[in-house]
Amino acid sequence: MKALAIVVLGAFLAVLLYAEGDLPPRGDPEAPANVHVSPYYIERSLDETKTPNVVTSVLADYRGYDTLGETVVVFAAGLAATLVLIREGRRQ
Amino acid sequence: MFEEFLERYAYFLTMALLVIGLYGALAKRNLLKKVIGLGIFQTAIFLFFIEGAAKRGASVPVIDPQTGAVAAEYVNPLPHVLILTGIVVATATTGVAMALLLTIYRRYHTLDEKRILEEAKR
Amino acid sequence: MTDRYPSVIVDLVSRAVVPAIQLFAIYVVFHGHYSPGGGFQGGVLLAASIVLLRLAQGTEESSRSFPTSLGLALAALGVLVFILTGLVSMFLGGAFLDYSHLPSPGASGPVLRYFGILAVEVGVALAVWGTLVAIFDRLVERTDDV
Repeated sequence: MKALAIVVLGAFLAVLLYAEGDLPPRGDPEAPANVHVSPYYIERSLDETKTPNVVTSVLADYRGYDTLGETVVVFAAGLAATLVLIREGRRQ
Repeated sequence: MFEEFLERYAYFLTMALLVIGLYGALAKRNLLKKVIGLGIFQTAIFLFFIEGAAKRGASVPVIDPQTGAVAAEYVNPLPHVLILTGIVVATATTGVAMALLLTIYRRYHTLDEKRILEEAKR
Repeated sequence: MTDRYPSVIVDLVSRAVVPAIQLFAIYVVFHGHYSPGGGFQGGVLLAASIVLLRLAQGTEESSRSFPTSLGLALAALGVLVFILTGLVSMFLGGAFLDYSHLPSPGASGPVLRYFGILAVEVGVALAVWGTLVAIFDRLVERTDDV
C-alpha cells in the first residue's frame, strides 16, 4: 500500500514540476492575477467606502455575498459537529 | 539558473508540502494521521494562493491617505480575501472531522483503518 | 468536560489574562477598517479566551460564567445579524446587502457603507466565536464509555 502511494505521488510530483514552468515569476506586477479586477478595488476602496483596509472592504462590501455564504457554512459545521455527537441517555 | 531558482523557490516549497500532505493522507493507517495529512495539504494550497498575490516592492494593502491609491504599490488583496474565508471554513470542517473520529472510536474502540474495516465486514 | 488544572499559578494568571484577551479581540474587530484584522480574527481570539477559561478552571466552574449551551446560540445570533443587515437594506429600496440604503440620521453614501461593513464584521465575529466554542464543548463532553 505504501509502495503504491509512493508511485502515485511520484507521478503527481512530476506533473507539478512540469506545470511549474508556465507559472509567472514570483512578485511580477504584470501577472494575470494582478491586473484583472484588483486594481479596481484598490483604487476605489477609500473613496467609495471610507475604509483604508482594502481586504476588509472587499470581504464585507464588494464580495459580501460570499462572506454570507461562508458564515452560514461555519454555522452549519458547528451544527453538524453537535448533531453527530449528541447522545441520548445518561451523561456526566 | 540560480536566479531562476530564487525567483521561483516558493513554488517548490508548495510542491513539497503538497506531496507530504498527500502521503500522510494516503499511506498512513491511523485515521487521525490521515486528517492531519489533509490539513497539511490545505495549508500548502493556502500558501500557493498567497504567494501568487505578492508584488515586488509593494506593501500591505492598507491605503495610506497621503500617497493616494496607486495599484502597483499594494499587494493584490483578492487572494487574501479568498484565503481568509478558506482558513475559517477549514478550521470548522476539521472540527467536524474530529467529531466523526470520536464517534468512530466510541463504536469500534480503535482508530486503525485496517481493524475498523475488518470489524465492519463482520 | 475538562477538569480544573491543579496549579495556583495557572488559575491566577488565567483570571488576569482572559479579560485582556477579550478586550484585545474586540479591538481587533472594530479596528479592522484601518489595520489587518476584522471579524474572523477577532472571533477566533474570543473563542481562544473561552477555551483558556475552560482548560484552567474546569467545565463545571467556568460554565457559570459561560454556559455550554451558549455557543450555538451566539453563532445563530451572528448569522441573524448578518442577514438582517442585508434584509433591511433590501426593504428600504436597494439590493440585498447594498449598504448605501441603510437607515441613517443624515449621512449618506460612503459613511453608510462604512457602518454596514462594521455591522457585518460584528455578525461574523459572533458566528465564529459561537461555533468554535460549541465544537470544543461538544468534543470534550464525557459520556459513559469514553
